[in-house]
Amino acid sequence: MKKLLYSQRLAPYLFIAPFLITLAAFWAIPLGRAFIMSTQEVLYGEATFIGLANYERLWNDNVFWRAMYNSVRYMVLTLILLIPIPMALAALINTRLGSERIKSFFKASMFVPALTSVVVAGIIFRLMFSETESGLINQVIGIVDLGPVRWLREDIPGLIALLALAMWRYTGVNIMYFIAGMQSIPSEYYEAASIDGASKIQQFFRITIPNLKPTIVYVTTISIYGGLAMFLESFMLYAGNSSPNNQGLTLIGYLYRKGIEENDLGFASAVGVVILVVIMTINITNLSFSGTFRKESAR
Amino acid sequence: MSRRTDREKYALPRGVFALIQGVFLVSLTIIILVPLVAIFIGTFQDGNAVIRNGITFDINWSELSLDNYVMLFTDSGPYFRWFFNSLVLTVVQVAGTLLVSSFVAYGFAMYDFPGKNAAFISVLLLMTVPFEMMMLPLYVLVNDFGLADTYAVIVIPFLAAAVTIFFFRQYFLGIPKELLEAGRVDGVTEFGIFFKLVLPISKPAIAAMAILNGMIIWNNFLWPLLVLRSPEKFTLPIGLNTLLTPHENNYELLIIGAFFSVIPILALYLAFQRFFVSGMTAGALKG
Repeated sequence: MKKLLYSQRLAPYLFIAPFLITLAAFWAIPLGRAFIMSTQEVLYGEATFIGLANYERLWNDNVFWRAMYNSVRYMVLTLILLIPIPMALAALINTRLGSERIKSFFKASMFVPALTSVVVAGIIFRLMFSETESGLINQVIGIVDLGPVRWLREDIPGLIALLALAMWRYTGVNIMYFIAGMQSIPSEYYEAASIDGASKIQQFFRITIPNLKPTIVYVTTISIYGGLAMFLESFMLYAGNSSPNNQGLTLIGYLYRKGIEENDLGFASAVGVVILVVIMTINITNLSFSGTFRKESAR
Repeated sequence: MSRRTDREKYALPRGVFALIQGVFLVSLTIIILVPLVAIFIGTFQDGNAVIRNGITFDINWSELSLDNYVMLFTDSGPYFRWFFNSLVLTVVQVAGTLLVSSFVAYGFAMYDFPGKNAAFISVLLLMTVPFEMMMLPLYVLVNDFGLADTYAVIVIPFLAAAVTIFFFRQYFLGIPKELLEAGRVDGVTEFGIFFKLVLPISKPAIAAMAILNGMIIWNNFLWPLLVLRSPEKFTLPIGLNTLLTPHENNYELLIIGAFFSVIPILALYLAFQRFFVSGMTAGALKG
């Protein structure tokens, strides 16, 4: 026993054992079962093998495609809104104008929304996007004689509310990533550029953006997953998983409806498998393109 | 040279640029803080009216009252039970996650062993897979074993947390191997080296991960929503969510309770801001 505690060959396996157990018990085995269940019809605990029938049913289900459309649409729009804007804001905050204290004040306040839980953020935005004339957002657009809009009852207005919620919570987070990336760019680059007469704008496009590439790749990656896996924002905004014409239903919302609300486990497993395959394909492609596998094995 | 003088001629004077920048950033900060200020004002208003009419700029200042605060501290039913549950669960889960994840990270950072690459690639993959993808298989597992409605099932699957493992590994890679050798020479076991020599000098990493995990776990919603059944076990987010129904008539509690649930995290943030930043940016947070 004493010898075991000193063994440098055995020690690493004991150290990583909790991870291996977690991986097996809570990821690999449940996932394997999900694959099996996706080929079954599960009724009252009785499972019957039905081949690919669940997948066929899924392919022909309009609600599934609506959810797919909603999720992809949301993901693409968050990429457009939550990368360039935070990057520009980060550059604006990260200039040498103003003192460090002013800089950290802006950084700090823009990050505050990220501290709220999705429940609290959802409650607040639901109330701000109230369809009454006195609702805060309707009051704002009322200034230019628009509205009142019945925000959560129509497709595009509902999407706008959802995107507003996402922007509110994640702009500050992404600003933080970009500022961290910008601070790792050597200041000599900028000094050299300004001696050569490059303007601030030129410096941003020629120095900042190329050197931010790792951060941009990272933020893009998590935004793709986050966008495709979005569920709770919609769930809270619509105060539940149902919305007019499924306008707020996302892929995960569909999975939740089938698996948890309707307890149709075989079919829901097929939904889960399809979502997982989509995500893992992006994941592995991304990790191999960004060279993470190579880098890690070289260590 | 002529290009440069041209630009200097047409460029805004530095002071003007700084002013525009300042005004812009201040307005943006105000817009960002509006939702929180609005819910704060909502805590002084009649809850039913807020739910019916939405949050509004039309504030009837004379009708604001402290009634909701009196209600919160004297007659808020299960609210502080939820608060307490959340607090206990957060403390226990953060402590457990830090212990287990740093333990695993140490194995990855300090040793070379067959199978290391494959295992570490799994960590990288798990880091980016959103929990939402796994919720159904885990839910089925928990139900099959009759483990629903327990705190253990909320905590245990996430003790070896990929993001936290990754963060600690990065930190441990920066610790000189000589420290380990010195420990071995002195006859300390491999585990003793981790607990007695490495952990004590890892306080910055521990602080950063404690805060990041604390925020995530305090706000954790989806998995507890699937697992918890009995109202006396509800955490804050789950409890608040039950108040958001059309039949509920306790909207005052919904609003003031939502506002109060942010305060512990806000206080932590104001006190330990730099750890928030290092935890978020050096590791990887799911968006």
